[in-house]
Amino acid sequence: MGMEPRVTEPQLKSVDFRRSREAAWRELDDLVQRVNKDGLTALSPDELLRLPALYRATLSALSVARTISLDQNVLRYLESLAMRAYFCVYGAHEGIFNGLWRFFANDFPAAVRAAKWPLFLSVAIIFLGWFVGHTLTITNTDWFYSFVSESLAGSRAPTSTTADLKAGLYDNSDTVAEQLNLFASFLFTHNAQIGMLCFALGFAFGVPTAILLFTNGLMLGAFSALYASRDLSIDFWAWLLIHGTTEILAIVLCGGAGFVIASALIFPTRKSRTTNLAERGREASRIVIGAVGLFFVAALLEGFGRQLITDTNLRYLIGGGMLLCWVLYLSWSGKRGSDDAS
Amino acid sequence: MTLRDGEATQKPDRLNREIVTPEGVPLHLRLAERGERLAAVLIDLSIIIGVLIAIILIAVILLPVATYGWALAFGLVLSFAFRSFYFIFFELRWQGMTPGKRALGIRVIDRTGGRLQPGAVFARNLMREIELFLPISLLLTETNSGNVWVNLLTMLWVGLLVTLPYFNKDRLRAGDMVAGTWVVEAPKSALLPDMAAQGHGAPDQNSIHFTDKQLSIYGIYELQTLENVLRQTGANTRQTRDSVAERIQKKIDWESVDQSVGSDRFLEAFYMALRGHLENRALLGKRRESKHDTN
Repeated sequence: MGMEPRVTEPQLKSVDFRRSREAAWRELDDLVQRVNKDGLTALSPDELLRLPALYRATLSALSVARTISLDQNVLRYLESLAMRAYFCVYGAHEGIFNGLWRFFANDFPAAVRAAKWPLFLSVAIIFLGWFVGHTLTITNTDWFYSFVSESLAGSRAPTSTTADLKAGLYDNSDTVAEQLNLFASFLFTHNAQIGMLCFALGFAFGVPTAILLFTNGLMLGAFSALYASRDLSIDFWAWLLIHGTTEILAIVLCGGAGFVIASALIFPTRKSRTTNLAERGREASRIVIGAVGLFFVAALLEGFGRQLITDTNLRYLIGGGMLLCWVLYLSWSGKRGSDDAS
Repeated sequence: MTLRDGEATQKPDRLNREIVTPEGVPLHLRLAERGERLAAVLIDLSIIIGVLIAIILIAVILLPVATYGWALAFGLVLSFAFRSFYFIFFELRWQGMTPGKRALGIRVIDRTGGRLQPGAVFARNLMREIELFLPISLLLTETNSGNVWVNLLTMLWVGLLVTLPYFNKDRLRAGDMVAGTWVVEAPKSALLPDMAAQGHGAPDQNSIHFTDKQLSIYGIYELQTLENVLRQTGANTRQTRDSVAERIQKKIDWESVDQSVGSDRFLEAFYMALRGHLENRALLGKRRESKHDTN
């Protein structure tokens, strides 16, 4: 708009105000539009520095405008501009690799350490399931069929011969493609999905999570009893634990995360239930994302390691070594950083 | 059109919310409609399904049969990763938007007004496992459990979860509750010329004068309605302005000294004078919200 020099009366304060600030608003508007279109990388380093400064200037302009201006269009514009700039400045943005590194070095282990009791509960339930499954199956093998579905059991059932069972534990006849297939389709995706489900089901006050953990324990117990009854315990545990330490740990983590959600729902603290749930939920979800990583490692060990390594001692060594690594990693990684922060 | 039921009627406020930025300035925003969110999810789901089908087709067409084993394995991991991390990836990358949300102009933000943390994005999208993917697979596959009660309870629970946004005032789904987020509209409005700026066709004020008494009849609501009338363009503009000008003149007992003053010139002059009057009084702490306000 052309500004005429003849000013017969003093301008309105709000008009002067807008005139002096408008350039900054338009500059911010332009930056925000480019960020929304192409991401923060679209801005030059200088512009990147200008963004928060312009954002704060616009926020303060909004505050001033709310008191001195009755121009509805300006108020709406500033409100929407401030909001869009706020999204740019306070949105979640971090480089994928930077974020991943920080996540696995700090956030994930810290979240696990914070969920000590839910994790303990998770371990206890799996252990209880195993104990019940094992004890019942060893006294009466018919229980096996109640705990293990037919598709999962396959050729491993009380009717199989001991030789067959033993051969199954050391079978490495699969071709590489088949191993990969197995790894991909079932071991990783299936397990990871179950793990996420375990977490999400915590929203039902943890009951389905507990059931899921318990039935997994029962299944484990049924198998261990079957092999124990044929005097194959040592071979069985070697076969299981090479990847099992990692995989069972991942299941325990997901279950524990589910219990974190449940406990936030059931036991409110001094904060309101919704605030509490939001805070704990974010923590717990980190555990699950980390556990997906563990499932991936477990699937590698199960798909390849177990097919290639048939030596019982080596299997124990790898399984035990992995467990030791996980425990050390989860209890120490990022500890100093988080202690400083808290 | 009258000043009373002008265009400035506020949208229903049960959707309006306020967040306070870390700088301490409250910002007003509007929760997204449930329909918009549903549409956004449907768009995202079709993208996911479309891409998965494309991957399969390309693999089937391009790859020799001998490599099917590898391709299948690779494809399965790829599709798992795509389906599980699609929402997380985009909401991290696009500051709380997925392609579907972007198309609908809505986005995820932190309920307290803080930064949208990666943990929150993880949490709200991991919950989709039971809110979205579990119900879908329940619908697609026959329920395998023979137990009627288990099936019934599962259905009830899943139904409750899916309809959760209907049962709370903030329209939160389970994922939003767990993550401390909500989904809001991200409106964009343009900066229009200032109606009170000199030189923007605003008349020479000397020719039209209003007394304080005439200016104290209306309040801010009427002023902003008048602003809308002045900004209005379209077929009925002329009529609207004439009738509005007539009403105002009658209301404030305005006698034109100069008969040649048209309704445009009158309305612009009155807008400017009224805005000056009300802004000055507002500065002194006497905001007059509408003509019914006794302030």
